[in-house]
Amino acid sequence: MAAPRARLGPSPAMAWVFLAPAVLLLAAWMVYPIVYSISRSVHDASGNAFVGLANYGAIFSDPATLVTIRNNIIWVVVAPLVVTVLGLIFAVLTERIRWATAFKLVLFMPMAVSLLAAGVIFRLVYEQDPDKGVANAIITTVQGVFSGDQGYPGARPRENDAAPAALREGAVVTKQQVQPGTPALIPLVGLSPDAVAGFTAARPAAAGPGLSGTIWIDTVRGGGGTVGAIDPQERGLAGVTVEAVEGDTVRAATRTEADGSFRFDELTSGSYLLRLPQSNFTASSTGVTWLGPALITPAIIGAYVWVWAGFAMVLIAAGLSAIPRDALEAARIDGATEWQVFRKITVPLLSPVLLVVFVTMIINVLKVFDLVFIIAPGSVQPDANVVALEMWRVSFGGGGNQGMGSALAIFLLLLVLPFMAFNIRRFRRDER
Amino acid sequence: MRKPAILLIAALAVTACGGEATPSNPSGSAAAPTATAAKPLAGVKIEVAAKWTGEEQANFEQVLAAFTAKTGAEVVYAGTGEDTGAYLGPRIEAKTPPDVAILPQPGLVQQYADMNALKPLGENVRKQIDENYTPYWKELGSAGGQVYGVLVKAAHKSLIWYRTAAFEDAGAAEASTWDDLIGKTAQTLADAGTPPFSLCGASGWTLTDLFENVYLSSAGPANYDKLAKHQLPWTDPSVTTALQKMAQIFGKQDFVLGGASGALQTDFPTCVTQVYGEKKAAMVIEADFVASAAAQSGATIGEDAKIMPFPTVGDTTPVVLGGDIAVALKDSEGAMALLEFLASKEGGEIWAKLPGYLSPNRNVSPDNYPSELTRQLAQTIISAGEAVRYDMSDLAPSAFGGTDGKGEWKHLQDFLRDPADIKGVQDRLEADAAKTYKE
Repeated sequence: MAAPRARLGPSPAMAWVFLAPAVLLLAAWMVYPIVYSISRSVHDASGNAFVGLANYGAIFSDPATLVTIRNNIIWVVVAPLVVTVLGLIFAVLTERIRWATAFKLVLFMPMAVSLLAAGVIFRLVYEQDPDKGVANAIITTVQGVFSGDQGYPGARPRENDAAPAALREGAVVTKQQVQPGTPALIPLVGLSPDAVAGFTAARPAAAGPGLSGTIWIDTVRGGGGTVGAIDPQERGLAGVTVEAVEGDTVRAATRTEADGSFRFDELTSGSYLLRLPQSNFTASSTGVTWLGPALITPAIIGAYVWVWAGFAMVLIAAGLSAIPRDALEAARIDGATEWQVFRKITVPLLSPVLLVVFVTMIINVLKVFDLVFIIAPGSVQPDANVVALEMWRVSFGGGGNQGMGSALAIFLLLLVLPFMAFNIRRFRRDER
Repeated sequence: MRKPAILLIAALAVTACGGEATPSNPSGSAAAPTATAAKPLAGVKIEVAAKWTGEEQANFEQVLAAFTAKTGAEVVYAGTGEDTGAYLGPRIEAKTPPDVAILPQPGLVQQYADMNALKPLGENVRKQIDENYTPYWKELGSAGGQVYGVLVKAAHKSLIWYRTAAFEDAGAAEASTWDDLIGKTAQTLADAGTPPFSLCGASGWTLTDLFENVYLSSAGPANYDKLAKHQLPWTDPSVTTALQKMAQIFGKQDFVLGGASGALQTDFPTCVTQVYGEKKAAMVIEADFVASAAAQSGATIGEDAKIMPFPTVGDTTPVVLGGDIAVALKDSEGAMALLEFLASKEGGEIWAKLPGYLSPNRNVSPDNYPSELTRQLAQTIISAGEAVRYDMSDLAPSAFGGTDGKGEWKHLQDFLRDPADIKGVQDRLEADAAKTYKE
């Protein structure tokens, strides 16, 4: 005969009173929007007609949306891994250096910058023009050191039938055979008057035996001048490599003088084509097209890593300081190398923290929006697009199709949910 | 865990609130309290949203200050950012729209009218429109037989800006036909080592403007109207012709500063800076509003920076206009009074005296404009009358003609990237047009 069990503590009704504010807020700010989005996602653009799952179907049939999914996959695979690994490296290394705090401070600094501002900064960093973009300034400077003199990029023959030479596979080649005794004229254009202002005036090759000719810029400031003839103001091109070609074989090669003239003393008979190889005209490096369709996603991921690596480092460093030192000491006394200590002791002990950072980053990356919106120029936005940005665009940016936008939002929610659940499970386990 | 979320939300909030309301010109608000009694709208607060920034915004605020001085109403300017639809959409949805909005596209007038978000203009405003505008402009601001909007600012889009020094150095001359532009002017410039064109490929609308001029001139106004309404498919041979003409520029590496890849990363107004500031190219094909960017780059308009009318490609001399349409989103006394003021001769002439403004109002005398150049432009618009065509991409549904990375913007950018694939571009344009015009 058991006595009726007496309740300890306040009644369930009291519990509900205290829960009510939180429940209300949660319902108004979380549950209702989700439910409304779900219902909106099965309606059309106007919100009046029920379309079933058509919007979800459109996500997977529209090529532009498929690109956003592809990009999100790239983001999720690359960004969290890079951020976590970099954070781990920084955290472990900063443990050993004297100015660790200063170093950490600098690395953490980007976190204090809003993503919007970070986007603006990196838009400039990736600018194509090396005078503006730091990334290309470094690349072109390094390449410039190794490649040296570049010749005359931009110089080319006139593009018409009367021009005595034409471009062939990048090289300038005379159209007619040239014989010794008749100096050849190879007029070029495409350099600005300012670029050639300091050059020596062009002169026809002096009379004499051997194949000869002149290479010069056949334009005059302000226009005018005789096309195909050397006018007094026109400038010769010095140091251009000229090859005399007979059939397919190069018979001789020489370089032009300061006044643009050249001479092959050894070639006194026969007829040749004159060729100015492409090496005379190669443009100096213009750097990498960061903001082009091919590199845009890696470039934006770079900016993302810049922002978040410091955050990962701080979290991992905190975890690192909580590792029992005696485990590390014991391993070292047993003769483990530093690499073995790192791999077999530090990383396994850190794994809970690493996992939290990694999963947090995945969730964070799935909703990436602002960096893509700001860094990618309009013309490559479709190539850089991600689901969150596409969601905003179809809902509010022009199309006004909030049915489709809601479907994308729900799709994003479904993608995030497993990671959320995973994180919550971890937290629960930690609490026990 | 929590920190990144908060930071991200903060960052997003910055993005979202980019167009926070800023108080209008201080001189305007200062003028209000001095003569409160005499003014009909004293104490009334009006919010007006437009996409203008910088000098355009400052000039508009001067006009608003004049309105405040006249009526006593306090006007607050809210910047919408580049994408007006993205700013207004949520505010309309939330039922807290600004009193007056200035829409950059007539397509939006139609779209918002369908959503019942616009208020029909009051009798006084309609009277001003009948007095000051040709029927063509009234038609543009109407939807479903109701007049909702008034074109307050026009942009002349059939122009080519060039750098005088570059033309003189190369010995190039203005061209009156497309063939001369490509074969003589551009070729001479390229031969003299100056890339002739600085294209703003990252801003898709500049490419649609170029297309519209070429198309209007080569295919004629009748076809232009049909294509704008999508009664003519984009796969039509007339479109092929226009794209072939454009490929004469796009397809030549020497003709485009930075080549196609460079142009696609260059937005407006950077392309203007490249011509007048960095002096790297000779011409930029865009509207009259290039003037303010050119002036900021240090060029004197009319001397260093000159214009030539867009050359004829076919039989028609092209005159394509853009423009901003003011609409009322709230049926308030203040909103209608402001629209009436903006549509009036009085308001137009105050605005006309400021640089960078062109009025479609036929009663605003060209004498008001500060420069000879603007006076000529105004005259062409007024005298062309019914023959003028409005920017086609702005007449299209905005998902087709006015959205970054979609529709016409995207396909013309792809065309700049690969000018050989004319048929592919036409097919994709047609596919997108078919989808968006249907809705």
